[in-house]
Amino acid sequence: MGALYAGLGFYAGYPITPSTEIAEILAERLPELGATFVQMEDEISSMGAIIGASLTGLKVMTATSGPGFSLMQEGIGYAVMAEVPSVVVNMQRGGPSTGLPTSVAQGDVMQARWGTHGDHSIIALTASTLQDAFEITVQAFNLAETYRTPVVLLFDEVLAHMREKVTVPAPGELEVVERLRTSVPKGTNYHPYLAREDGRLPMSDFGGRHRYNVTGLVHDMWGFPSTDPKVAYDLLHHLVDKLENRADVIAHYKEYYLEDAENLLIAYGSPARSALHLVEERRNRGAKIGLLELQSLWPFPKRTVRKKCEGRSHILVVEMNRGQICQEVAKAVSNPERVYLSNRFDGMFISPQDILQTLNVIGGRGI
Amino acid sequence: MVRDYIRQRFFPHLWCAGCGHGTVMSGMIRAVERLGLERNEIVVVSGIGCSSRMSGYLDFHTMHTIHGRALAFATGVKMGRPDLKVIVPMGDGDALAIGGNHLIHAARRNLDLTAIIMNNRIYGMTGGQFSPMTPFGEKGTTAPLGNIDHAFDIVELAKGAGASFVARTTTYHVQEITRFIAKAIQHKGFSAVEVMSQCPTYYGRKNRLGGAVDMLERYRDGTAPIGSKKGTENPDLIQRGIFVEEERPEYSGEYSTLVNNCRRSAQDGER
Repeated sequence: MGALYAGLGFYAGYPITPSTEIAEILAERLPELGATFVQMEDEISSMGAIIGASLTGLKVMTATSGPGFSLMQEGIGYAVMAEVPSVVVNMQRGGPSTGLPTSVAQGDVMQARWGTHGDHSIIALTASTLQDAFEITVQAFNLAETYRTPVVLLFDEVLAHMREKVTVPAPGELEVVERLRTSVPKGTNYHPYLAREDGRLPMSDFGGRHRYNVTGLVHDMWGFPSTDPKVAYDLLHHLVDKLENRADVIAHYKEYYLEDAENLLIAYGSPARSALHLVEERRNRGAKIGLLELQSLWPFPKRTVRKKCEGRSHILVVEMNRGQICQEVAKAVSNPERVYLSNRFDGMFISPQDILQTLNVIGGRGI
Repeated sequence: MVRDYIRQRFFPHLWCAGCGHGTVMSGMIRAVERLGLERNEIVVVSGIGCSSRMSGYLDFHTMHTIHGRALAFATGVKMGRPDLKVIVPMGDGDALAIGGNHLIHAARRNLDLTAIIMNNRIYGMTGGQFSPMTPFGEKGTTAPLGNIDHAFDIVELAKGAGASFVARTTTYHVQEITRFIAKAIQHKGFSAVEVMSQCPTYYGRKNRLGGAVDMLERYRDGTAPIGSKKGTENPDLIQRGIFVEEERPEYSGEYSTLVNNCRRSAQDGER
């Protein structure tokens, strides 16, 4: 729904639990809107097809889960290298391998960051309610278009199979970023990979007035392959810096009861629901506890996390993996010895009671 | 002029002396010229390998993608802009090993793409390993004792997968290259054109086939047009020609019909 609001023009995908519902809905909705839906032969080709379609000027998306996300990694790297705006939804399920196809997990956080080979940077966003998922999906398209990058929507099985009320914003209520196209006239030398002063690269659609080359090889400002060390150095710098240097701008988060919180929970995705439930319940009993809900995971919002964690007695990261974001929090804060982990990775949803138990242990109150 | 269709500033090309891929590129350019197509109407999408470097040299909209997936990327381009002509040059390793799945599915969908498969029977870019087109018993750097794999027949494979245009020729038969590619571009549906292309550097040397000229002569002597006297008398010769040319519902056209029907029924619903 958020994707349609943002102006999705092309979707390619391959069926996989628990993301199939997205394809089923879009197979019906996109033709009605004159947009394109294609079911491909696998996730590799789905990723390839959206990249191809993006270069013709369309806003594009694919959706998958664990094993399919693994297959998409080479294509994601291509979109990073060739700077092709694209949105990839990963409805996380239990892994590795076929794992727990119908159970919830958040084990792909690091894969979203480092799944494709080579030094690079990427954007990954998440949400804990369907309303937020709608809005963050619009954001994903906005960021993909702004920074010419793949954006991963790292949702999870609980969110995928949940039903709750969503108020669809009126057209114009949420900002929708359109693709920046070059104003260079026909015949003048257009440099597809020459960044403007603000770091952005205006695009030209395939079929349009400029003909240029797109490649996954290290390339110069024309998009032509190069092995010149200076070209390689500058390109790598550009690809990483354009996102890492803007981590604060890209950062999305929500905070609850932080002002006087002694204990701080940090959560993202569906576990943030349990965390918020616990925080509100404890607040009612007078406990000074708060929640920082991360909605952007990559680039990791280091400065935000560091600032919000200052002076807390305990920082408890709640997630459904073996501590993938917990490590990042510990690296970001000035008091890493106060960072603890409350997690589940057995396919069961983490409950407020699970988090409370960890809090009790940390507080020396036993299980 | 062939020159009008290439990006001269990116020359010299990286192909070895005697390589057949330049002949295929020139044949393709002549086909485009013969059809009177504008450079802005054409998108060339290639994968990885010697043949796939062609995209960079051509002054069209060009995309050099990842190994084996050119047809998948091309599917997105064609469905994004069905009015453009999408040409997909691939090597035999690219199209039939790592990309075999995409080849059969693109053929099955009958999406209007022109696949040009340059078959040199070897992985050239990585230095001469055997490919799915290396014949049984022949040699490659990874088959030093002789290949025990069996090769595909590209024509039979494309036919079986449902391609609505299938042709085969060689780099010796330069007029055929232009004629077949021009027909393939004009054909509404998936077309597969196999061009047997010599690799004297690796395949030729490993298998003691001589230089480029010797290899071209083998193409002359070892092939025959479909239905020719030469071919009938010697069934061991490889057949050249257009094997399939059929009108079948084309995918992007079918999709736009579906969209139009959808919109019409929505309008009817409003009335």
